Amino acid sequence: MSEVDPPLSYPDYRSTALRAPTRPLLTLPESELDLASPVYGHDSIGELDNDLTRQHPGEPLGERIILTGRVLEEDGRRVRNALVEIWQANAGGRYAHEVDRHPAPLDPNFTGAGRALTDDDGRYEFVTVKPGAYPWKNHPNAWRPAHIHFSLFGRAFSQRLVTQMYFPGDPLFAYDPIFQSVRDAGARERLIAQFDLDLTQPDWALGYRFDVVLRATPFEE
Amino acid sequence: MPGRTPSQTVGPFFSIGLCRAGQNELVPGGSVRIVGRVLDGAGEPVPDAVVELWQRGADGTLWGRCGTDAEGRFEFLTETSADGHANVLVFARGLLKHLATRVYFPGASDTVLEALEPSDRETLTAKEEDGVLRFDVRLQGDRQTVFFAV
Repeated sequence: MSEVDPPLSYPDYRSTALRAPTRPLLTLPESELDLASPVYGHDSIGELDNDLTRQHPGEPLGERIILTGRVLEEDGRRVRNALVEIWQANAGGRYAHEVDRHPAPLDPNFTGAGRALTDDDGRYEFVTVKPGAYPWKNHPNAWRPAHIHFSLFGRAFSQRLVTQMYFPGDPLFAYDPIFQSVRDAGARERLIAQFDLDLTQPDWALGYRFDVVLRATPFEE
Repeated sequence: MPGRTPSQTVGPFFSIGLCRAGQNELVPGGSVRIVGRVLDGAGEPVPDAVVELWQRGADGTLWGRCGTDAEGRFEFLTETSADGHANVLVFARGLLKHLATRVYFPGASDTVLEALEPSDRETLTAKEEDGVLRFDVRLQGDRQTVFFAV
């Protein structure tokens, strides 16, 4: 496993203790990993799936943001027609999920889930609100920095990626074992979106850019 | 050359973004039902895992996804595969990167399976039980499932 990814066993993140495999991962011959990603038709993505602010009768509370970026491979190639799925807490730091007991209000106008397909330039775009930070039980006074979960399919099985996107300048970075589980500082930086004034729309929404880079695959398109 | 984006855990709340009805049918109404549980190192069910099956099909990849329930259970409908197995990805709170393994259909074998010790081979082979195929994923312990680097 490359140093880019966090180790499976990371004691500061308590939940790894009983879940990280203790035996080493076995290596398969490369040919055994040659499996294309499933194909998604455009028709399976709804028109409002990438606008999390318009999925309910009213608008959600919070700081409206435009979030865009490209899905690339390590060699710089764009990944077209790739499915990007996101989910997040609302502006108060609460997920619309029955397991989340954080005593922050639910927002009836926010589910916090979106989907998009990348275009010919590998670009995706979402409109949403900036999620709030929230407490969790990992250690005393533990808070997750604001983040949006991303799930991505590249062209091939070996490119599958689930990650989290953070916001620049978050004071909680130093205290968050999930963010810090990525040991390489440069790799950690790549989990942070960039604020972009050019993308920001006057009187409407702040703009953030977040490119996602998938493992290169030796297989032809 | 841009650097690769690191993996992060799927966390406990993924179902709002990842789970949709019918996604666990790789083949709609498929004749092969695979059922199983995800278990942690204490043998306890993992109620917040999401399992994906990626299987080689005649016309491309067959794919399915299922979040585990309170007892750690998942279930898929599919058909048998010419290459004898389906790839399995496991995501969960507490997994900083997803795990990859394989479920082999009963009686199937290949060089990957043959290279393993019999006890490891057993962790990858589904068992026929009352008309369904049972396949449990053990994240840790003496009977830990064999996982592959991806």
